[in-house]
Amino acid sequence: MNSEPAVTRSGQPGSVALEISGLCKSFRAVRALDGVGMTLRYGRVTALLGDNGAGKSTLVKCISGVYVPDAGTVRVNGVEHAVSSPEDARALGIETVHQTLAVIDPLDVVENLFLNREHTRGGRIGAWLGVLDKKRMRKESEEILSRLDIRIPSLRRPLDALSGGQRQAVAIGRAVAWGQQIVLLDEPAAALGVEQAARVLELIRSLRDSGVAVLLITHNMDRVTAVCDRAIVLRQGRKTAELDVGEVTKDDLVAYITGARTDESAQ
Amino acid sequence: MNRELRAAVFLPSGARARIAGWKQGVELRHYVVYAAAALIFLLFVVFLRDDGFLTSSNLINIGRQSAPIAVMAVGMSFALASSEIDLSVGSVAALSSLVAAEVVGGHGFVAGTVAALAVGASIGLVNGFITVKVRIPSFLVTLGMLGIVSGIARNMNNLQSLPIRNDAFREVFGSGSVGPVSSLLVWTAVVGLLGHLALHQLRWGRHVLSVGSDRSAAKALGINIDRVRISALVVSAAAASFAGVLLASRLAIGRHDLGENLLLTVIAAVVIGGTNLFGGRASVAGAVAGSVVMAMLNNGLILMGLRVSDQLIARGVIIILAVSLSMREQKES
Repeated sequence: MNSEPAVTRSGQPGSVALEISGLCKSFRAVRALDGVGMTLRYGRVTALLGDNGAGKSTLVKCISGVYVPDAGTVRVNGVEHAVSSPEDARALGIETVHQTLAVIDPLDVVENLFLNREHTRGGRIGAWLGVLDKKRMRKESEEILSRLDIRIPSLRRPLDALSGGQRQAVAIGRAVAWGQQIVLLDEPAAALGVEQAARVLELIRSLRDSGVAVLLITHNMDRVTAVCDRAIVLRQGRKTAELDVGEVTKDDLVAYITGARTDESAQ
Repeated sequence: MNRELRAAVFLPSGARARIAGWKQGVELRHYVVYAAAALIFLLFVVFLRDDGFLTSSNLINIGRQSAPIAVMAVGMSFALASSEIDLSVGSVAALSSLVAAEVVGGHGFVAGTVAALAVGASIGLVNGFITVKVRIPSFLVTLGMLGIVSGIARNMNNLQSLPIRNDAFREVFGSGSVGPVSSLLVWTAVVGLLGHLALHQLRWGRHVLSVGSDRSAAKALGINIDRVRISALVVSAAAASFAGVLLASRLAIGRHDLGENLLLTVIAAVVIGGTNLFGGRASVAGAVAGSVVMAMLNNGLILMGLRVSDQLIARGVIIILAVSLSMREQKES
């Protein structure tokens, strides 16, 4: 538990990190997901698009272990895994940053980055007691934040003294602190102002550049064209398009999301 | 030369940055309790000078009276920090004093102390399990437990005090001293220090605050919130039973009502000390200081010559005032 790498070790940029196929999930009579497939690659940002109720969050919850899919496979680094709990997903290197962020307000930046993954000192007795190695966690926090180019005035500030963008940065930085290779971001800039949102986009770029496979859920087409390489569109639980973001316009994306256009080859 | 200036002149930049960072983390509410302690002390020194407030025997008395309050307050800090509350602490202290008296008589002082603490911790464990597993708010569970434990304590020796004749037990906890310092104060300092370290230097302390601050976030991060909540209630009850041991040792008796009426005093001490009544923030040092404040107030009311009934009223008013002031302070911070 305490030997987790502070630095993400991922595969070659462009190689497949996560591959799902034929994913189905129903809630009583509602088919929330109907045979969805998707591939996430290291060092790439994939957008997950779709209108409300299209199945985006169901898909994310199936990958992050909150829901167990009815059918379909999840492969991480080419190996099939059953992801039946958030702990399973985390052990596979998959981290989800929800809109609620799951940061602890009274704890400071370092404590939040390492919460429940604390380094301990004092050998086995120290590990058993849980004696915190604050120096080491602080040092690694500084490394992580500088690598991701996250600027926070003081690591000793409690989280409720930080801005929305900084809180978001801590939540994303935590995924890196835990050595996670696949990061799912649910509307990371939804409640932020213009400048803060731009900061978060920069952060997603540095995440990508450090080799992490990123899935970005968003309603904002500007963000898709700004940071995403590929886009996957869900509609009524089915994948209706899989696109190279460089080859389409924002209007195209909106047309796919609203169902004005579909890409039958995506099915 | 003041401390900051000295730091700026003599310390290397790294240490200076550390001090700056540390100062940022310290908020006003952490100082309120110390200011209150100083203010009340000065007021009593002035207004109660003819009633013997500032005599050494009275000050020693205040220290002794604050000891069981402080020990319970340290435990209660963890219960409140985890967003639970333990209303059974007074009755647990009382029962523990009886258990200690009973077992010390037959099996010596170590066995008596261990038995008392074991009883307290077990009650905490039951409180925690019912709170977490049956999903009943801890204030209801521990309120019920308060009644149960008080009843058991009353049955144990038919409302009679149980004398303790073991000198070792009395010396070690209640009436002995280390140099000039009463052993009661030494034990209080030990408990306070352990609590402070547990809160700030152990993973457990950080997890208690996390669970108290945002239970669902803590759960999402994989923290075993059930275990944290149960352990906080165990620590609270164990501390209460140690307070019972201290009371029994000081008075050389076990009795069904020792410490029983301290519940509100303890909660007030903890909240005045800067711990949030609704979880997520705690200060063990503040709780100890708050206990001294409460002990001083109790002492002052007695010296003022108030009747017992008027003391009750005055104490109730003071507690509501003090807690509401410190709660407002917490909301603003």
